[in-house]
Amino acid sequence: MITGIPIHYFLILATLMFFAGVYGFLTRRNLITVLMSVELILNAVNINFMAFNRYLYPHKMEGMFFSLFVIAVAASEAAVAIAIIINIYRRFSTINVEDAHEMKY
Amino acid sequence: MVNFGYTIWILILPFLMFLLLGLAGHKLKPKLSGLLGTIGLGIITALSYVTAYKYFFTSEKVDEAFQKLTAFNSVWLQLTENLHIDIGILLDPISVMMLIVVTTVSFMVHIYSIGYMHGEKGFERFFAFLSLFTFSMLGLVVATNIFQMYIFWELVGVSSYLLIGFYYTKPSAVRASKKAFIVTRFADMGFLIGILILSFNTKTFDFITLTSLSGPAITQTGGAAFMGLSVLTWSMIFVYMGGVGKSAMFPFHIWLPDAMEGPTPVSALIHAATMVVAGVYLVARMFPIYSIAAPDALEVVAYVGAFSSLLAAVIACTQTDIKRVLAYSTMSQIGYMMLALGVSGYGGHDGLGYMASMFHLFTHAMFKALLFLGAGAIIHAVHSNYMTEMGGLRKYLPITHATFLIACLTIAGVPPLSGFFSKDEILTAALHHNKLLFAVEYAVAGLTAFYMFRLYFSIFWGKERHYHHTPHEAPLTMTVPLMILAVGSVFSGFIPFSKLVTSDSRPFESHIEMAVAIPSVLIGLVGIFVAYIMYSKETAIPDKLATTFKYSYKWAYNKFYIDEVYLFVTKNIIFRYISTPIAWFDRHIVDGTMNLIALVTQLVSFRIRGFQSGQLQKYGYVFVTGAIALAIIFVYLWK
Amino acid sequence: MDILTLFVVIPVLTITAILFIKDIKHVRVVTAIGMGIQLIMAAVLVFMYLAARKAGASEEMLFVRDYLWFKNPNIHYAIGVDGISVAMIALTSLVVFAGIFASWEVEFLTREFFVSLILLASGVFGFFISIDLFTMFLFYELAVIPMYLLIGIWGSGPKEYSAMKLTLMLMGGSALILAGLLGIYFNSAPDGGQFTFNILEISKVTIPMSAQRLFFPLTFVGFGVLGALFPFHTWSPDGHASAPTAVSMLHAGVLMKLGGYGAFRVAIFLMPEAAVELSWIFIILTSISVVYGAFGAIVQKDLKYINAYSSVSHCGLVLFAILMMNQTALNGAVIQMISHGLMTALFFALIGMLYGRTHTRMINEMGGLMKVIPFLSVCYVIAGLASLGLPGLSGFVAEMTIFVGAFQHTDVFHRVVTIVAVSSIVITAVYILRVVAILLLGPTTDEHHEHLTDAKWFEKVSVVTLIGSVAGIGLAPYWLSTMIGASLSPLVEKIVSVNPF
Repeated sequence: MITGIPIHYFLILATLMFFAGVYGFLTRRNLITVLMSVELILNAVNINFMAFNRYLYPHKMEGMFFSLFVIAVAASEAAVAIAIIINIYRRFSTINVEDAHEMKY
Repeated sequence: MVNFGYTIWILILPFLMFLLLGLAGHKLKPKLSGLLGTIGLGIITALSYVTAYKYFFTSEKVDEAFQKLTAFNSVWLQLTENLHIDIGILLDPISVMMLIVVTTVSFMVHIYSIGYMHGEKGFERFFAFLSLFTFSMLGLVVATNIFQMYIFWELVGVSSYLLIGFYYTKPSAVRASKKAFIVTRFADMGFLIGILILSFNTKTFDFITLTSLSGPAITQTGGAAFMGLSVLTWSMIFVYMGGVGKSAMFPFHIWLPDAMEGPTPVSALIHAATMVVAGVYLVARMFPIYSIAAPDALEVVAYVGAFSSLLAAVIACTQTDIKRVLAYSTMSQIGYMMLALGVSGYGGHDGLGYMASMFHLFTHAMFKALLFLGAGAIIHAVHSNYMTEMGGLRKYLPITHATFLIACLTIAGVPPLSGFFSKDEILTAALHHNKLLFAVEYAVAGLTAFYMFRLYFSIFWGKERHYHHTPHEAPLTMTVPLMILAVGSVFSGFIPFSKLVTSDSRPFESHIEMAVAIPSVLIGLVGIFVAYIMYSKETAIPDKLATTFKYSYKWAYNKFYIDEVYLFVTKNIIFRYISTPIAWFDRHIVDGTMNLIALVTQLVSFRIRGFQSGQLQKYGYVFVTGAIALAIIFVYLWK
Repeated sequence: MDILTLFVVIPVLTITAILFIKDIKHVRVVTAIGMGIQLIMAAVLVFMYLAARKAGASEEMLFVRDYLWFKNPNIHYAIGVDGISVAMIALTSLVVFAGIFASWEVEFLTREFFVSLILLASGVFGFFISIDLFTMFLFYELAVIPMYLLIGIWGSGPKEYSAMKLTLMLMGGSALILAGLLGIYFNSAPDGGQFTFNILEISKVTIPMSAQRLFFPLTFVGFGVLGALFPFHTWSPDGHASAPTAVSMLHAGVLMKLGGYGAFRVAIFLMPEAAVELSWIFIILTSISVVYGAFGAIVQKDLKYINAYSSVSHCGLVLFAILMMNQTALNGAVIQMISHGLMTALFFALIGMLYGRTHTRMINEMGGLMKVIPFLSVCYVIAGLASLGLPGLSGFVAEMTIFVGAFQHTDVFHRVVTIVAVSSIVITAVYILRVVAILLLGPTTDEHHEHLTDAKWFEKVSVVTLIGSVAGIGLAPYWLSTMIGASLSPLVEKIVSVNPF
């Protein structure tokens, strides 16, 4: 059991990770990197869950379970997303987000 | 009380005949369908004669007067509590007289048509239409109420349309039929409005109630006035408008000459003897109201009649198409009848004009049908309508010649033929009422004799023309009706009309006034004599006259350009300045507004569709910015 | 199961049967059988209705059924008929029956065509039997939607444009109607208590005048759009011109009547006070419709446009008569709805048949058809004569009833507009005779048209059914008129209590 690390350390880490993810999501053109940024966002959330669970309700496990769910969802999401990316690559021969703009109007 | 219940068959039979010939006619042999139609009509004619005999000689009279009998009546359509349209049969002196006229002429025309229309395409269709017409006309004359009259009024209009356009592949016939229908339809609109006003004020359609002396129309003559005339007078003028249209009076006369495009028997039946006198019949039917409650409207009737008869007589002197001359002559004679009604009073000897009008209607039906059928026989022989292409035909067509001559003498008013008697009564009535109208009619009598004998001499005398084949007399089916009608024309003048058909249904004594009779015969003879000089041999007089009075001749020859005025109104005003702009307005302004709304919606959506760029990361920016903004709002601003 | 529900169930059963048929050729036979049964049912309904009335049933609506559907809001599946709805149901089944035979030769997507057509018909039937406003509206929408598909897929010319325009305009109308209906719903219990959509119950209360002033124009214009009220009629020419034959028939023949029926049953019946107060605006609009439609028809060249404008004129007369709000005029309005439904369906059927032969609808490209195809031409003339109001055919009965009814008002305004409306009978004659003369009479102008074939058996079935009904009403109008008249009395009593003119 880690003691002495105050909660805001975790929160600062999670916030940094979260905004790093958002920044990557908004600026990167490569779909794989965009996907990685999404993972970063999800993991930032996971950290928050864990930290709050530990500090607020040390005898309960809901935060842990929720993190596990998020990890599972993230895994499946990655699988689907990569499948989509592969298909985009097959169709457009690129994985640049800006080139995949068929869905408009 | 004599039972007249069987008279309903007078209406049912021709309708059944129409259905039979119209639906199954093309499966029958043409000859058989013609025969069927004729036999059917024979039965109806016999029934009508029986009815007339029973009505005039065996039915009960009250106080010397013939009673109005409702032989049959059944509600056809209930409109309001008081107003209902009935279909029924009303027998009174004029309707019984009209039964005789309609069935007799129609029967003659049926027989005649078997010969005249022989071998034509659509023979059975012709007889089906004739049956339809007879049905409608009979329904009109026996109408018990004004709306029934309107119903059959429209039906005779449409049968006339169908028969004028019988040769439907001929463009001129199609045009003529269309014109006839639309012109009369316009007049009928007036009739309908008149009925609406009248029925609203009197709460009834029924003729017996309307014309009874204690009825609402006559006793409640007051009511609101509009432009100096009472509402009732206006309604009667509107009703008369329908009569003007159907009877081809000025200004709605333009359809009648064109209607001659129809087969000649049709012209004889519809456009000479029966349908065109419906207007006269209408006024006679409503006569008590006109005479007692709306004398101003009756004045209109008189002047319209007089003017039309003069106008038509002048035009008739210049036309060269036989049937057109006869058409204008018909219009002129109907003008006479209208005038006679217009100058008549109500009851007793005052009602001389009324009696004379009905009398003239009767005799006119005989001699004008005879003239038309004779013209048909001539056209049949020569294959032309133009008298400039005829001449010297008396050798070839002896029977037609004789009967035609009788008819011409009759219309010219030579005693003792029937036309003399009826015309004389009309002139007498006019003289006692209004000197101006008398003068007009006196002149018209001379003109009538002149143009009829102009016709007669040009056709039967004069120089013989070059014919494609030698003209030959018509077959027996055609000449027999001519002979029968000739007999009718000669002797119908001796029927004592003043004992039978009078304004108040009571008999009165009438006698020939020598002061009127002698001058009128003289002017007739003068007319004949002038025509003899000008047309019995080829002379230069007609041409010389035409060049001397160049302008007036040209105006009369072109029918005073009334047709052109109408053409201008319909073509230019209605088509070019009303309908076309409306159609344009509808397509471009009304529909344009709707399209504009759609267009604006589309433009706006084009503008804002840029938001949906398909760029994933732009959506992300918006999403994140929005989320942050919401967070700020909820955390800091939303207290 | 009660007889009224059957009118909705039979079409659904027919649709199911069509979906399960393998051979596409049998589709039309099944449809014809289904709609034939519907026609017989309509006849049975007429007799049942008359028998019930004769036996002394004096309720406003007969065969009433009421099932709760949604508790909140208080929506019921409530059905019932009076003489007017019975007459309209009979009209609908006649037109649908004739329409099936007129579209006997649809080749493209036959199954789907008939499914949409019957769906439309069931919507119309449902509309006429409903006495619950919400159910009524639901069926109304059900009737409008298939129209888009029918025109958009099976139409001709600029069909997508026309279908879109028609649907959007009608949907605009629906939006107004929905707003109006909700307005009525929330004012249906001014003294407190449960709100209701039931027409009979609403008719017993008086909706507050302020609400009426708002919702009467909404509902009237909303239904007026479907009834071709000027200036919301422009969907009609385009829509009819693009629609396939049977759809034009149903649309002009029946669907446009939903407008008149709705305007009368909802707008006027439920809000008579506002109707009396505001009627003058709409009377002006409708009398414009009457004359304007007729003048517009004079110069058109496309047969369907002529007929569409003529429908604007005739349907204008329906709304005109409804606004006159007395027994006779309303009676005339209902007869005019039926009469116009039949004769315009006849017109569109014939135009479709002519188009199938000559492949043109432009009157200047045809001529002298009477000689070549006498049966169809004679029928066209009969339809024309019915349209211009010849006695003995249905148009005359309707028009005369309307004119006499409208003339019962004594004030100058009503007099003048009545005379304006009367003048339409002349203009109608002009355009009808013009078409007949150019199209049918005269010499044959196009040599390709000299060898056309006359009507086939199924076309004859379609046309003869309609002509028979038109002539039947025209020759013996007494029964129809009395049946409708008896059903109008509750409404008229309600109006007279408002405004004893």
